[in-house]
Amino acid sequence: MLRYVLRRLAWAIPTLLFITFLVYIALRTGTDPVASYKRVNARATPAKIQQYIDANGLDPNYVRGYFRWLGNFLTFDWPRSIKGSREVWPQLKDALANTIRLGIAASTVGIVVGLMLGVFAALRPGGRRDVAVNTAAFVGISIPPYVSAILFQLLFAVYWSRWFGSTLFPTSGVYPPGHTGFDPLLMAKHMVLPTVVVAIQIIAVYSRYMRSSLLDVLSSEYMRTARSKGISERRVLFKHGLRNALIPVVTIAALDVGGIVGGLIITENIFSYPGMGMYFLSAFGEGDFPLLMPWMVIIVASTLLFNLLADISYAWLDPRIRLE
Amino acid sequence: MAFNRFVSHKAAVVSVFILGILILFVALSPFTARYGVNEAVQAPPNYFLSPRGNAWLGTDDIGRDLYSRLIYGVRVSLVIGLFSAIISVVLGCLIGAVAGFRGGRFDDVVMRVTDLFLAFPFLVTLLVMRNVIGAIDWLRPIVGELSSVRFIIVLFAVFGWMGVARIVRGQVLALKEREFIEAARAVGASRWYIVRRHLLPNSIGPIMVALTFSVVSAIISESTLAFFGYGPQAGDGATSLGILVGAAKGAVNTGFWWLAVFPCLTLVVIALSINFIGDALRDATDPRMQKES
Amino acid sequence: MADKVLEIRDLRVTFHTPLGPLTAVRGVDLDVHAGEMTAVVGESGSGKSVSFLAAMGLLPKSATVEGSVVLNGEQLVGASPKKMRSVRGRLMSMIFQDPLSALNPVHKIGSQIAEMLRAHQSMSEKAALSRAVDLLEIVGIPQPGDRALQYPHEFSGGMRQRVVIAMAIANSPKLLIADEPTTALDVTVQAQILEVIQRVQAQFGTAVVLITHDLGVVARVCERVNVMYAGRVVEKANIMNVFEHPTHPYTKGLLASLPQAGVDRLVPINGFPPNMLQPPSGCAFRPRCEHATDACAATLPDLRPVGDSMSACIRANELTVKS
Repeated sequence: MLRYVLRRLAWAIPTLLFITFLVYIALRTGTDPVASYKRVNARATPAKIQQYIDANGLDPNYVRGYFRWLGNFLTFDWPRSIKGSREVWPQLKDALANTIRLGIAASTVGIVVGLMLGVFAALRPGGRRDVAVNTAAFVGISIPPYVSAILFQLLFAVYWSRWFGSTLFPTSGVYPPGHTGFDPLLMAKHMVLPTVVVAIQIIAVYSRYMRSSLLDVLSSEYMRTARSKGISERRVLFKHGLRNALIPVVTIAALDVGGIVGGLIITENIFSYPGMGMYFLSAFGEGDFPLLMPWMVIIVASTLLFNLLADISYAWLDPRIRLE
Repeated sequence: MAFNRFVSHKAAVVSVFILGILILFVALSPFTARYGVNEAVQAPPNYFLSPRGNAWLGTDDIGRDLYSRLIYGVRVSLVIGLFSAIISVVLGCLIGAVAGFRGGRFDDVVMRVTDLFLAFPFLVTLLVMRNVIGAIDWLRPIVGELSSVRFIIVLFAVFGWMGVARIVRGQVLALKEREFIEAARAVGASRWYIVRRHLLPNSIGPIMVALTFSVVSAIISESTLAFFGYGPQAGDGATSLGILVGAAKGAVNTGFWWLAVFPCLTLVVIALSINFIGDALRDATDPRMQKES
Repeated sequence: MADKVLEIRDLRVTFHTPLGPLTAVRGVDLDVHAGEMTAVVGESGSGKSVSFLAAMGLLPKSATVEGSVVLNGEQLVGASPKKMRSVRGRLMSMIFQDPLSALNPVHKIGSQIAEMLRAHQSMSEKAALSRAVDLLEIVGIPQPGDRALQYPHEFSGGMRQRVVIAMAIANSPKLLIADEPTTALDVTVQAQILEVIQRVQAQFGTAVVLITHDLGVVARVCERVNVMYAGRVVEKANIMNVFEHPTHPYTKGLLASLPQAGVDRLVPINGFPPNMLQPPSGCAFRPRCEHATDACAATLPDLRPVGDSMSACIRANELTVKS
């Protein structure tokens, strides 16, 4: 196992390089960094422009330019944003922290509730609660997250205060504007609505996964063997049923969690939540190359890491899987 | 037999009716819409009127009838959804079938490419690729301008084929080892013939399911793009469902609920209906279920 | 005559299917004596597996079980789930046809056996694992200490079946039900498994019910035979009588259809097994029987003594006299 992990990590480096190279090409072609810089800094001198090109590795030769960018990136000599020469890392760090917070909260709630509902439904297939859970999940999947986000906003931002006079759950930002310092309670209050919106989707998807996986397992022969041993029904369900049903679900969950860093763009936008999504949208809108590249690197690294975790967890849980 | 099973899914049958009515409305749009897409309902003051007699679903910021705009918008979105889905499925079937059947380097490359695109958040890839394709000058005659409907269709097709290709590839891999394929080979059938006569017809079920989900995916993606302002701008005040839903965000804070609720509701109903149909199709053509009868 | 371990009287099992009620078992009478190996023979659909799944209480809730099943003096039909759980694995256990799917793929086999032990005896995990290794040795698995730490997919088919047997006899049950234990295995391995079952039987004094459709297997190891057809027992006899003096036309047909050295053609039984949703009236074998009369269609024939055997054929006595 250890050898496999080391080998994967070793492969990850060239993979990372290759993918970031492709991203580099795509961003240069798609957002035209130099033109963006000139647009934002209309009075920039040619010397400044050249400085920008050098710092970001925007040489005419793409390969040479990429390696120049790579060199700067790895030595932590990151070029500043095209707007007002702001440092990249503080912004990125905050965005990352916010998104991770939201992502973890929503994932935890979503996966736990989703799994429970899936088990609930699978234990009595075809019955009323199964139909109820299935339908609810289906509707949940079919409603795009921003529709529910908008409707929630409508409900809580506009109507709640109209009917009840005060806002129950704030609908934007991490803190109310102008707030300074760290206040977990206030932060939590602001996170409620976005978390619920994201969690709804997750619950819908995971309840279906779990239900399907558990139904498969329940109809297996080894469930009959387990019962024929005369052990308690509870043990049959947990040690044999759930233990096996969770295998595919956990693997998928590992992959999903990896995608969280970039997967909340829409929700963040609607709730004006300053996370990785908002960061990307504003950077992309401006064509801000120095802001965009580090963001991409984090995304790719996170995906590779969680893919590896997913494979490891799959092998760990299912002894029939052998990692070559 | 599969038809019977489909029909037993009540939700799917209802969805077919609802979609049918919707499509009818949209197809007969010059007659069913009450106003032109860019036409003001009445003389000013005509903006932000709530639902009433001469504007069933209210009006927008410059006095246009939401109901009519919704009809024209749905038409555009359905066109985008249908065309991009068809192209995706055709491309995906071809590539997926060849990849699954031949295996080898081609298969590896296809898998790597799809993995690569999956590694990024969907919206990010969509936006970046949109820009990249839009920036390649020599493609412009084929794909159209960046903000045209044709471009969007091409963009979604470029993405959509990957999901379909995976499904078809999976089917082909499963079927490849079955005896009737061996028998066909033994009789001397060419590989292309096998793909055409045996593999593809046996994969109709999953392909149809993939088609329905491609349509939904395209419609929702279109509204996502429009939401952020990257959607199709067809000029002359023409609109799409996505643009209307995108406008909903602004309408929320101002309390003009009809501008948010009706477009969103339409989108949800369309998405739900297509999803129900796709789900019922999947059940109806699932080979596992077929064993029971 | 040894004591009866299991006494089944008038067992009826009905499944509620979308196509209507299906009575798979239509009044089975059957005895199993202590320490003996009893065969239950019949084709697919005869109800042989269902009868014993019903006895174990392993049928889904949609199945209705009626009649009487007495194990060691205790009535099992209608018993509480708690009671059934204490019986299963301790007094009575069952092994199934396919050992690969019967074992949980993600747990080591040592701990699966230990689970069986700890369900009915108070033992520490360590003691149970140690006992599991002993059991593996009894069923003839080499290097049992190492093998106990392996997973089911690391064993061959025959070895897996031995593991399943070891698990089943872990608590020295009075009765072991073996449902087609050799059908999924190679012929050479079949003999080994039967030998293991016999050995275990001798060592623990367990009564064994061998459910099978293979008369050849029966001939090797069983003392008594129950022949089932269409959800009922149609012949009960000891092993010699079943082969030399069969009393029911179905049994005769089964024997006649066995391939014989020196005989060129196979002799099948005419016709097809009955549709259990709508079985024929009276004797279910009637449509395929060359000795059938009108009286055969009238009532469901009960088992009657014919010589040392029991037969559910109303013409058994006269037919036996003739031959």
